Amino acid sequence: MDNLSNYVLISAILFSLGLFGVITRRNGVAVLMGVELILNSANVNFLAFARFGGMNMSGHVYALFVIVLAAAEAAVALAIIINIFNNFRTINVDDVSELKQ
Amino acid sequence: MADIVFWFVAFITVFSAGMVVTSKSLLYSAYSLLFTFLGVTGLYIFLWADFLAVVQVVVYIGGILVLIIFGIMLTNKITSVNISHTSMQKGVGAVVAIGFIASLGYMAISSPWLQAANTEPAETTASIGRLLLMDYLLPFEVASLLLLGALIGATTLSRKDEDG
Repeated sequence: MDNLSNYVLISAILFSLGLFGVITRRNGVAVLMGVELILNSANVNFLAFARFGGMNMSGHVYALFVIVLAAAEAAVALAIIINIFNNFRTINVDDVSELKQ
Repeated sequence: MADIVFWFVAFITVFSAGMVVTSKSLLYSAYSLLFTFLGVTGLYIFLWADFLAVVQVVVYIGGILVLIIFGIMLTNKITSVNISHTSMQKGVGAVVAIGFIASLGYMAISSPWLQAANTEPAETTASIGRLLLMDYLLPFEVASLLLLGALIGATTLSRKDEDG
């Protein structure tokens, strides 16, 4: 627990799993979950490097901004997904390739 | 003892993140995401980021996760509990993910990280507030504008059209 490489390793695994989810999932909400995993892994990295780089609080502020961006992104993405569902009756991202019905 | 807790938290985080991306049921994915967020919160506490840990619980679990579950419920029949969702191109995804884990993991383990000797800070919240209102005032204001824009955008996008 007092080793930077442990945190970087966990964050790398989280990032890869999130990427796997974004690539393989077809449901729009599930793709969003993959994006959340990626953002969380970025946050773990920010805080780990802040903690082991002399407790630089700028890393915490950046992590706070990442959380703000994640909240805004989730709200807008879910609005878009619900809109897609109302128009197409599906949220499979592969079936939504037309710009106009 | 702390080491055991750390590896337990790390295991919960990674295992439930794996469940998020591999589970057949969308709701199980959402609930696994809850444990991933909790695990990441534990990691924040190990990283002495107590304020960020609380924010993580409030915003991610209280906000984003509830929003995601609402999204699942609104885009499916509410009565059907078994909301399945399939994955495609698992081969490509697995190759990319394993490649990333291998390369980033090798980098994380083999790099000679320079670690500054430091002690646990007495408080983090006061320093974060001071930084937000002095060094990062402009990004802070831009973030508030972004949140306002996201709020208006999400409302506009998801309301029903009056004129068809």
